[in-house]
Amino acid sequence: MYKRLPDAAAAAPAVLVTIDGLAFAARAGDTVAAALLAAGYDACRTTPVTCAPRGPFCLMGVCFDCLAVIDGRPNQQTCLIPVRAGMRIERQQGAAAFGPAATSAPDSR
Amino acid sequence: MTLPESCDVVVVGAGPAGLAAAIECARHGAATVILDEQTGPGGQIYRGITTTPMQKREILGADYWHGATLVSALQSSKATHVPRASAFAVTRADGGGFEVGVSCDGAAALMGAGHVILATGALERPFPIPGWTLPGVITAGAAQILIKSAGLVPEGPVVLAGTGPLLYLVASQFARVGAAIDCLLDTTPPGRIRDAFPHAAAFLTSPYVAKGFALLRQARTSTRIVRGVERLEAIGVERLASVRYTVGGRATEIPAQALLLHQGVVPNVNLSNAIGCNHRWDDALRCFAPVVDAWGATSVSGITIAGDGAGIAGAQAAEARGTLAGLHALAALGRIDLGERDIRAANAKTRVARWMRGRAFVDALYLPSDAFRLPQGDTVVCRCEEITAQQVIATAKLGCPGPNQMKSFLRCGMGPCQGRLCGLTVTELIARERGVAPGEVGYYRLRFPIKPITLGELASLPQTTASTQAVVRMKAH
Repeated sequence: MYKRLPDAAAAAPAVLVTIDGLAFAARAGDTVAAALLAAGYDACRTTPVTCAPRGPFCLMGVCFDCLAVIDGRPNQQTCLIPVRAGMRIERQQGAAAFGPAATSAPDSR
Repeated sequence: MTLPESCDVVVVGAGPAGLAAAIECARHGAATVILDEQTGPGGQIYRGITTTPMQKREILGADYWHGATLVSALQSSKATHVPRASAFAVTRADGGGFEVGVSCDGAAALMGAGHVILATGALERPFPIPGWTLPGVITAGAAQILIKSAGLVPEGPVVLAGTGPLLYLVASQFARVGAAIDCLLDTTPPGRIRDAFPHAAAFLTSPYVAKGFALLRQARTSTRIVRGVERLEAIGVERLASVRYTVGGRATEIPAQALLLHQGVVPNVNLSNAIGCNHRWDDALRCFAPVVDAWGATSVSGITIAGDGAGIAGAQAAEARGTLAGLHALAALGRIDLGERDIRAANAKTRVARWMRGRAFVDALYLPSDAFRLPQGDTVVCRCEEITAQQVIATAKLGCPGPNQMKSFLRCGMGPCQGRLCGLTVTELIARERGVAPGEVGYYRLRFPIKPITLGELASLPQTTASTQAVVRMKAH
């Protein structure tokens, strides 16, 4: 689990997003990866090979362990994408679906 | 995305090297575009410099806030900074110069460039221990990024483990924000001081001495330090629960909610490798680095590398090397003559020398031991494809001669990270099994795109001779 330092807590307005359908108030300026960690999710996906849980590891765009589904688009590097009001963040299960299903109905996978 | 169709100089990466290079190029009237993957400039060392919630200056320190000076110089220059943009390819353009493939917000574009400066910086050396893929285990650099960019710290018990100056910097930053590191497990091998001793004189007269001792002192007062750690293991089901470490053959297990790993940084060579620049094995640092001259010029004419991407020397040296790379690019484009280049370079050259002094000592002292670079058993080597050390070792024993053949056998290095987190481990494991030098084994042959882009993005690009020949390597001059 992660906690927000007092200096940071008051410094920015909240941005409402959903994580797996649940509402969460993220901090403006956070990346999606930081928002996930702040919300208590240290795993954001399971791997395509063994379905092992994984979470953000490097937070600088090189490890690709922080992949998740953002607004229906799978395989997004959450550590490089800032939160935006209304953003739908979903943890990614195994390999991303391919084709129209991946963008229109990620929930049904 | 507002990308110009072409420009004189494209700089890839907005850390200290890229910022200094772009500022120098723009100052002399070259049309300059600086691409960076993050939302704001600064790279990792000055991560979040324009937006950090940690506004009390003493917390992140004067070295961090120096980044604000650099960024404001960029902002008042004519260079165009394009955030959230990945350079996924650099190829020769039909009419001379280069074509840079850029992906931004899910859309790809090609941009012409007369000269390309790579300032892709460093990444943390792979730290393949059992359990390093568990949620709850992050790199020490990642923990720093969370503090700088979001003011987030892990809740205890927090264990920091590994070797290198950054480990102690992280410990001191945690202390300054009032966050606890419950235990620091130092994996620096006991004999390293002997290896480092020949470089001690240069170190003792370098700017690193005062910084180093201050950090060590602070860590000692704020954290329990365990030295001589020979083995490390992250333990847990689904997520980290504890850390087991061995000292003098005796194992101890301590509870942990977060494990921060670090054993030095290595050049991020994915772009320079895919372009076809020559690289060499650096035996002192146990990594590959591009072959560059004092200006950062590579074996490919028109491609220059600045900063840690050309060999690790730290942020201050990176900034000076950025200025040198910018001056070299300007001279190569005919914007300044060699005389002007040399006059303007004098100050930057002095700074490079100043900040290179003492590095050899630090590098030798903190070189991670074989135990932490050469994993065994079912420890994961390739995190993307989940390939273990014993698979790599067994395949090498079968006669697999190098990393590229290993890809065919095991798929290691073929996941989305493209070998960034396993390449050096695979090279070193094969070298040990074959009984040859890692330089002889070589590294993954990387190809464009160096970051995953969608087929839709690829299909939307205009097709030129250069793009249809995107996998043809450039030849050295």
